[in-house]
Amino acid sequence: MEAVNWTPVGLTLQLASLTTVILLCIGTPLAWWLAHTRCWWKSLVEAAVALPLVLPPTVLGFYLLVLLGPKGALGGLATFISGTHLAFSFTGLVIGSVVASFPFVVQPLQNAFSSMGRRPLEVAATLRAAPLDRFFTVVVPLALPGFLTAITLSFAHVIGEFGVILMIGGNIPGKTQVVSIAIYDHVEMLEFTQAHLLSGAMLGFSFLVLVALYALNRRYK
Amino acid sequence: MDAKSGISGCFQLQQGEFKLDMQFAVPGRGVTAVFGASGSGKTSLIRCIAGLERAPVGELYVNSQCWQDESRRFFLPTYERPLGYVFQEASLFAHLTVQRNLEYGFKRIAAEQRRVQFDEAVELLGIRPLLTRYPARLSGGERQRVAIARALLTSPRLLLMDEPLAALDMGSKADILPYLERLHTELSLPVLYITHALHEVMRLADHMLLVQNGRILSSGAVQSVLTRLDLAFNQSNDAGVMIQGQVAGHDERFHLTYVDFAGGRLSLCRAQVQIGSPVRVSILARDVSLALQPEENSSILNEFLCTISDIVEDAQCRLLVKLDVQGASLLARISRKSGHLLGLQPGTLVYARVKSVALL
Repeated sequence: MEAVNWTPVGLTLQLASLTTVILLCIGTPLAWWLAHTRCWWKSLVEAAVALPLVLPPTVLGFYLLVLLGPKGALGGLATFISGTHLAFSFTGLVIGSVVASFPFVVQPLQNAFSSMGRRPLEVAATLRAAPLDRFFTVVVPLALPGFLTAITLSFAHVIGEFGVILMIGGNIPGKTQVVSIAIYDHVEMLEFTQAHLLSGAMLGFSFLVLVALYALNRRYK
Repeated sequence: MDAKSGISGCFQLQQGEFKLDMQFAVPGRGVTAVFGASGSGKTSLIRCIAGLERAPVGELYVNSQCWQDESRRFFLPTYERPLGYVFQEASLFAHLTVQRNLEYGFKRIAAEQRRVQFDEAVELLGIRPLLTRYPARLSGGERQRVAIARALLTSPRLLLMDEPLAALDMGSKADILPYLERLHTELSLPVLYITHALHEVMRLADHMLLVQNGRILSSGAVQSVLTRLDLAFNQSNDAGVMIQGQVAGHDERFHLTYVDFAGGRLSLCRAQVQIGSPVRVSILARDVSLALQPEENSSILNEFLCTISDIVEDAQCRLLVKLDVQGASLLARISRKSGHLLGLQPGTLVYARVKSVALL
């Protein structure tokens, strides 16, 4: 019997971390805008953000594949710049994961921002804090539970993603083969020991992350 | 008043159904009460002054500094305006201790621009025992005191207070009023103080802006606005005057305190006030009766010879009479019938008998 190959685990953690960081960078301003705007097309943006929640992963994955492939907008651009398109690449996986996990970051942050209201910001402004200063000294600490939820959900969701990744990443060991897909492969080949080990690790890890989240959230309440 | 001295400006702002259209000029020192019913636009006015709201038509000068001038599209953002703002409800940062809340604004002021020192504000508001606590563990009154100290620690050139007592119970109100008075006497800082309590106006304010339906109805010294008979709010049951005087002495035998004012000497119940210190008293119109003759055998201690300067009728059976007693004003509410029987009219000399005087 073959030993377990742990490469997919490293790849998965790398993908999840990178995706979460990118999502925080894009999702925070968007969630802020959604929480405060009174613009009529806010609902359109909200609906678009929530789409990955309701779409079958295969649909999402299909559109991403088209987008990232040699003839897609993003894939075409990448081909023009670097000579290769984005489907079946790690970069492609990151883009796909960002899209698929978008609502898991934006929604908790938007809720945290809107439940905070404008008042703490107004108070900070009357205490001479400039906009960015206000954001980091008042908004971030007050919305910390929202940030923790967003980070955990995004991280966990990337780790658990299967359909989208299979569609756009294929199953290239060491490059795009993440844990969920590796487990699928093991089961297909009736390698139950390896499947058990990987699945058990996933189960334990997910449980620990959730325990940590709930404990932290309780501390900040 | 010169537009460049004091606090002056004008704002026009439409918020849904509500239209604010105000032009005002108040002195650059002392407490100015912004008085009016809820929904009259008091808070909107203060928010415009703070820059939390940007009126599309607006101009604002604070002690010759321009904060807003829409005619040249100039608008100083809130965080660049040297002001302090005390919100109506607790506005402390929940994630910071009292100490860190106080430091939040203080740290953002350059050391050489600080005119209020940390310990000074802590002592003035009596909050030293609270420094290590979190806002959630403070009473309503304590929170407001911390909020006031926090605002003062930015060394503001203008302090805006939006009904700082409105959310407090009677006990906390009574606790905090002396601190507000100390603020008034110990710091030479102009304060705009929103309130809908006439009692607070009389106790704390030197000037007032009377606000109604998004407009300024009247403005001026508290005494003169309170004695304007043409203003509807003076028809209320609480109508009265505020008189500034000086403690002349105490009478230990009868437990009295004497207060001298422009119109003479008032006797009131013995109060814990220093001889010579300035005090404010209120005399409600319903506590003043009028007679044409001085009365020898009366229980009334406070009687003043006055000239009637104006009389208005209310919708029912009563008259509101404005009296002049050597430059000071009193109001008396009497029945129409009495007014007719005594033949009262402007210029008549009458004796005003004051049944009750309250130290503010």
